[in-house]
Amino acid sequence: MEFFRFRRDIPFMRYALIFNVISAITFVLAVFFLATRGLNLGVDFRGGTVIEVSYGHAVDFNRLRAAVDKLNLGEYSAQSFGTSNTALIRLPLKEGISSAKLSEQVMNTLKADDPTATQQRVEFVGPQVGKELFENGALALLLVSAGIVGYLAMRFEWRFAVAAIIANLHDIVIILGFFALFQWEFSLPVLAAILAVLGYSVNESVVVADRIRENFRKMRKASVTHVIDNAITSTMSRTIITHGSTQLMVTSMLLFGGETLHYFALALTIGILFGIYSSVLVMAPLVMWMGVSREDLVKPEKKPGLEGEKIVP
Amino acid sequence: MNRYPLWKYLVIGAALLIGLLYTLPNFFPEVPAVQVSSSKATVKIDSGLLVQVESALAAAKIPYRGAALDATGIKVRLSDTDTQIKARDALQATLGDNYIVALNLLSASPQWLTAIGALPMYLGLDLRGGVHFLLQVDMKAALEKAADRYTTDIRSLLREKKVQYSGVGREGNNVVIRFREDAERTRSRLEIEKAFPDLVLRDTDAAGGDLRLAATLKPEAQKRIQDGAVQQNITILRNRVNELGVAEPIIQQQGADRVVVQLPGVQDTARAKDILGRTASLEIRMVNEEPGAIEQALAGQVPFGSDLFTERSGSPVLVKRQVVLTGDRINDAQPGFDQRNNEAAVHVNLDGTGARIFKEVTRENVGKRMAIVLVEKGKAEVITAPVIREEIGGGRVQISGRMTTREANDIALLMRAGALAAPMEIAEERTVGPSLGKENIDKGFNSVTYGFIVLSLFICAYYVLMGLISTIALTVNLLLLVSLLSMLQATLTLPGIAAIALTLGMAIDANVLINERIREELRWGATPHAAIQAGYERAWGTILDSNVTTLIAGIALFIFGSGPVRGFAVVHCLGIMTSMFSAVFVSRGMVNLIYGGRKKLEKISIGQIWRPAATTPATPGTPAGK
Repeated sequence: MEFFRFRRDIPFMRYALIFNVISAITFVLAVFFLATRGLNLGVDFRGGTVIEVSYGHAVDFNRLRAAVDKLNLGEYSAQSFGTSNTALIRLPLKEGISSAKLSEQVMNTLKADDPTATQQRVEFVGPQVGKELFENGALALLLVSAGIVGYLAMRFEWRFAVAAIIANLHDIVIILGFFALFQWEFSLPVLAAILAVLGYSVNESVVVADRIRENFRKMRKASVTHVIDNAITSTMSRTIITHGSTQLMVTSMLLFGGETLHYFALALTIGILFGIYSSVLVMAPLVMWMGVSREDLVKPEKKPGLEGEKIVP
Repeated sequence: MNRYPLWKYLVIGAALLIGLLYTLPNFFPEVPAVQVSSSKATVKIDSGLLVQVESALAAAKIPYRGAALDATGIKVRLSDTDTQIKARDALQATLGDNYIVALNLLSASPQWLTAIGALPMYLGLDLRGGVHFLLQVDMKAALEKAADRYTTDIRSLLREKKVQYSGVGREGNNVVIRFREDAERTRSRLEIEKAFPDLVLRDTDAAGGDLRLAATLKPEAQKRIQDGAVQQNITILRNRVNELGVAEPIIQQQGADRVVVQLPGVQDTARAKDILGRTASLEIRMVNEEPGAIEQALAGQVPFGSDLFTERSGSPVLVKRQVVLTGDRINDAQPGFDQRNNEAAVHVNLDGTGARIFKEVTRENVGKRMAIVLVEKGKAEVITAPVIREEIGGGRVQISGRMTTREANDIALLMRAGALAAPMEIAEERTVGPSLGKENIDKGFNSVTYGFIVLSLFICAYYVLMGLISTIALTVNLLLLVSLLSMLQATLTLPGIAAIALTLGMAIDANVLINERIREELRWGATPHAAIQAGYERAWGTILDSNVTTLIAGIALFIFGSGPVRGFAVVHCLGIMTSMFSAVFVSRGMVNLIYGGRKKLEKISIGQIWRPAATTPATPGTPAGK
């Protein structure tokens, strides 16, 4: 079996501008949604309390709300979670009420209302911790970006490093844009997924960059565009198979992983799809436009005689 | 050319063997067990206790599947949960309060595996259920409390030394002493400096000609007090947790002023929260019994120097503000019975200073009431306000009257666990019910299993024998990853399981790279042996580069992540490292074993290799034609 049968190199670089325009439009849209709708930050980052309650039967939300309303907790949300028997109640931070008391209060009320109610999970994050988690997330993102740029600059060349990080960071923004557009909950596991995607889709750029470097060595007469086209075409098969394989695992999580892993897997899915696109079709043109050349990547081979001459004064 | 020296096969063999051994415990089901550990540092667990446990079980006619002694205590395996609870009750009754008897689950893996340290993976709270708290210690309060203590100490010192002063009080973190005469101030300064070397003294004269001396804690003393406060709170939390009977509690300091408490497998999370949540401090004060004062207070005019509190029973009590004793003077408090009338009572044991103060106070206040006040986050509640019958010396105090056995138990627990050095507040809480934990394990397991099956089928179909080798390499990766997690006893969380799935999905990348490369080499006319050689060698650099970038992300997550995300990072990083070993080293070993021996290798089973119809003869080394 062989899926990919390219008779000749696909002239990707001819369409470089189009790819980048598509990418730029998506990016701008993502930023727009982020700016207008904002991220739906989960309890991890915003602080507050989340209570997961399961019932012996389908949840009657009117009854549930009526019961919780009596507690006068201010704004809260209640919705079904996973199955129709489970409800998720989100309560914002409230000064002066300790979390331990709050969730207990809610549970007692719900139990009094309906004895089949059982508490499955409580998460409370105080304002301080929420802020720290957010800052740590941002720091982690910075550290990953800096680490990747540093490594790629060392192994390849600064143009690759810059192009790869631009391509992949814009993936991150696009993932965030999706989360803003659909108001999916942004939680700690989603952040983990995003950082994992960042590391992972840089792989893609690495594979292509590796091949570009190799081609520069071997295709001595070819133009830069040709070298890049060839590199992308010949790694295409690997790109699709690898990402397909990873996506198989992620889809499995999406199907069987339940609610907790749902957004995690979703972020990975978007990341993988856009990762293929941008780390290849955005990164490569960027490198080209930044004017990468054979000399940048292929170190001139030293002739042993030359070195000998230098040593002798 | 495609042969490994013997030692490389031996390395692979050894890795597989170790991997299998340490993965093995995970396949054994968990059996209910009862764990006996000591609740006091002075009580040792030894083989004598083991005999005691065995005979107690035999006496209660409870069948058990073995009792063993290890570093954490005695573990008794039982056949089902009913006998587990029976055994716990029986053991708790015979062993008494010096031991914690907790319910636990133990792996049914054979003894020899446990002996070599092969344990099942350590499941996080989201998988086994339990309570996680992050408690923030209020450092400001710790310092204020220290200043309060110094206020009392300085007052007694000045009295003792007969220094004339007009007042001592706390202002913020400072203790301020006022004088009428400068000579007295100088004298007291010398006395205080001698008695309390941790204090810095300076003259601060107020505008009205008031002579003042302010005492402040030295910075190093402040730090010591803060560290001490966290340590004391940890000790107290440990006591409280012991009351709960949790098998493997974790109580750790995190950062300068936080404490993490994790109670895995706790079924009754509400009770756990209740007992831990009593982030309270204890104070003993006198009740203000001046005639009319209480009526006045109820009318809204609380007399100066008094506070109006409510008793547990609901009736109001007026309590003087001056603290007679704080909870840290209490050594022990136990529920019991009053020997005279067999009523429930609490027996309290005070330390030396506490005993002396108590003796003095009780002598002066016979017939009056004394309130035991529990201060919880600024809110005070009077646990009980007994009448002082007689002067009490020796530091043994009995509180009795109008309480049930359960109340006596509660009061004793509160007094014993009593005084936190500084109040704590819950900064983060994660509670997962046991059934949800079980569900999470199933979901995680299913994600990995089904994903893995479909992935394997696809890779095998696409690359045929090389695909099978890749799949086996991936299985080895899974095996090594699980064994490594078991060996390190790293906490496995649901995101951790997700990381296993994701790592497997990413690890296949290495094999895809290699297989694609081999195909490419074959396509351009390389001999099978050369293609294998070149495929592995060329792909290696790419694999290394791409794994390093993934590792950077993993490490950043590990550094900055907390809780479940850290679990993700650990698995992710370990998975990347095992994948490099299995995808390159192990799979090459298999390839070498299969193909390496054949001198004349015509074909590699790697699936159909498509060659462009109009191939121009490839120039050697050119990867793709045009």
